Amino acid sequence: MPEPAPNFLPPYWDADAAKPAFSMGKKVRVKSGAPPGHVRTPWYVRGRTGVVERVCGHFHDPQELAYGRGDGPKLPLYRVRFALADIWGAEAGFAETDTIDIEIYESWLEPFWDYGGDFDAQAARLEKELG
Amino acid sequence: MPHDGHDHVSPSGHPYRPDQDAPLTHWQVMEIAVRELLVEKGIATAEEIQAQIDSMDRRSPALGAKVVARAWSDEDFKARLLADGSAACREMGIEVDALKLIVVENTEDVHNLVVCTLCSCYPRNVLGLPPDWYKQRAYRTRAVREPRTVLKEFGVELPGTTALRVHDSTADMRYLVLPKRPDGAEGWSEEQLAEIVSRDSMIGVAVPQI
Repeated sequence: MPEPAPNFLPPYWDADAAKPAFSMGKKVRVKSGAPPGHVRTPWYVRGRTGVVERVCGHFHDPQELAYGRGDGPKLPLYRVRFALADIWGAEAGFAETDTIDIEIYESWLEPFWDYGGDFDAQAARLEKELG
Repeated sequence: MPHDGHDHVSPSGHPYRPDQDAPLTHWQVMEIAVRELLVEKGIATAEEIQAQIDSMDRRSPALGAKVVARAWSDEDFKARLLADGSAACREMGIEVDALKLIVVENTEDVHNLVVCTLCSCYPRNVLGLPPDWYKQRAYRTRAVREPRTVLKEFGVELPGTTALRVHDSTADMRYLVLPKRPDGAEGWSEEQLAEIVSRDSMIGVAVPQI
């Protein structure tokens, strides 16, 4: 995984909105799940782990905007970088440095807890822990 | 149509194209209805709507090419462009309205490619309307699934050592690729440089050639 780009002060910062929970370079996991509505988190990264490339600023939640609710709180928006090999598997033949950057709203992100090992192993372990 | 039984071929020898007179789709009817209501209720005038369409039609990749040529010629401008794309475009007098532009730079070791897998998000204020292929599922899916193959089909063969960065334009930002300045263009004016910057090179599916 390459180093994220240098951090720029986000031009679309709203001092009144919530402070971003994740900073540049932080490992994050995209939530799984398939809520109905105007979701702008692509399927292919749901449940995947990436690194915050930059904080873009604060924006209204498109899942609210799409239904005419534009007065809710603004959310931090991030660019998250994923390794293409992580997303499509080793057999897809991507170089380690091949990546995809995607904009994801904070409501779709959670911290990544590293239990060591690959993600499937972690998921299995979590499932066991949770009974 | 000729009446000699060969009505699928025109006198010029080319096949006839079907007329584009299919009935309006549901959303076309909705668009007309909303537009007429806006005018009827005095929210916008027909002239204002036409002026907006005209201003959209005036935008073209030539605007983006000017930005790229300036960045190639002026290191300080390039730094400002990479830090805040919209602000740097405004500085050049380019009307970017609400466009939130992120500029990503191609270098010796990095190649950037832009796609919108969800729809057709595109930096229209600096590139005009997107090409048809940009909006089609084939490009939108394959650009993230097999980007190197897609690039090859566009004529760009990336060495394995070049890091490929795909950008999926899923939310509020729009992306413009700052292509790598080709060798052999030393001492060129900004106008000359802008000539070799194509639309496709600013999407990332081509590289400028001399």
